[in-house]
Amino acid sequence: MSIVSEILENSNELLFTAEFPEFDSGGMEKIAKHVARIAPWFDAANSTDNTAAHAHASNLSVAIAMKMHGVEPILQIVCRDKNRLAIQADLMGASLHGIENVAMLTGDDVSAGDEPEARRVFDLDGPQAVAVAKVLTTGQYMSGRKINPAPNFYISAVENPAAPPFDYRIQRAIKKHHAGARYIQLQICYHQDRLESFCAGVAAQAPGFHIIPSVVMVKNEKALNFMNDKVPGIDIPPSVIAGVANSEDPSEAAFQLVLEQSKHALSLPGVRGLHIIDFRRDDSLERLMRELGRTPKNNLLAN
Amino acid sequence: MPKLLPLVEDAIKKPIWGCQMCGQCVLHSTGMVCPMTCPKTLRNGPCGGVRENGHCEVKPEMQCIWVKAYERKEKLPLPQSWRDHYNELRPPVDMRLKGTSSWLNLLTKRDQQKPAGWQAVIETPSADQGNKDVEA
Repeated sequence: MSIVSEILENSNELLFTAEFPEFDSGGMEKIAKHVARIAPWFDAANSTDNTAAHAHASNLSVAIAMKMHGVEPILQIVCRDKNRLAIQADLMGASLHGIENVAMLTGDDVSAGDEPEARRVFDLDGPQAVAVAKVLTTGQYMSGRKINPAPNFYISAVENPAAPPFDYRIQRAIKKHHAGARYIQLQICYHQDRLESFCAGVAAQAPGFHIIPSVVMVKNEKALNFMNDKVPGIDIPPSVIAGVANSEDPSEAAFQLVLEQSKHALSLPGVRGLHIIDFRRDDSLERLMRELGRTPKNNLLAN
Repeated sequence: MPKLLPLVEDAIKKPIWGCQMCGQCVLHSTGMVCPMTCPKTLRNGPCGGVRENGHCEVKPEMQCIWVKAYERKEKLPLPQSWRDHYNELRPPVDMRLKGTSSWLNLLTKRDQQKPAGWQAVIETPSADQGNKDVEA
């Protein structure tokens, strides 16, 4: 049983997950450096799958490396680059290596990346990908071919509470729950009213469906402007950006912003934890976690 | 007839709905907006990349087809059962049906065939042990 499922299904603890940095080169030494930053503060970390449509070391290879270093991976699988055979192969490969947490996503389009001329696949979509993972856990491939013993996956999905059509996002999230997802990580959201409506709706209609909102740690308004302009589905109100830009200490203002967002998100119904994406990579991660009441743990660094 | 039908269907549906001849038409459940005109060909609702103005992540000049479908399913005089189908979990596209007539596939129920694993687990609620906590 994965740590993530243990926390969400069998405890009242909060789950804290990190985004493992996308990985290109530098070998296991560099993996170990990332792990040293993440392991004391988080229960698990997402191993991304060609994030933002840029090629990197593969999702499964990084997840295995994380596991070797004592960090529990959440293997992301997106539908942009792989057809249904390759997605099932990723999942079964994960199972071979004892990786149980799998996050099934539609994924950004190829046009968001640095090779927009590539063929986009999308043989499956997000909800279908969740269902495919679920089918495997019943001891069969999509074709019906038996798998004995069946793999054990703790399946998650993602949703963007801040993208149109807003009303429908709740239903779309619950659709993924029906397809097999046990919890849902959310896209970064700078509209607190939308996050509130989304969490209230999901908590009322699907009480056992755990919500993990995301926050991102940045150093200044440039990063906010970049996300606002370049990241599909992220909209940041001008007042939020101006609040950081016009501050005497933008770095501190950006920290206070993420701290306030984190506390707000954790106060909402259905929310069982937080996903933290750290682009600051300075000592403020420790500061944020301590402000949120977390204490460092060293047991994950045993390896 | 089987050879002629796809040509007739294409000639009618392409100009009106931008039909891609996937051969497993779901127009009725998507506010008469074809999901195969989504650049990602998503069959189960909008992706997370929809822009603030409701337009497409990939084609900024185009309204997201799932936003359009969400509006049209209410605006158009459609049966309530069709509207209720908007949020159904649609199976992956059967690529073998591309270019064939969805009308014929509807009549022969060929478009209802699903992969055995999907049929057994996803279409059969009793097999869905994990989601008992969900209220209808």
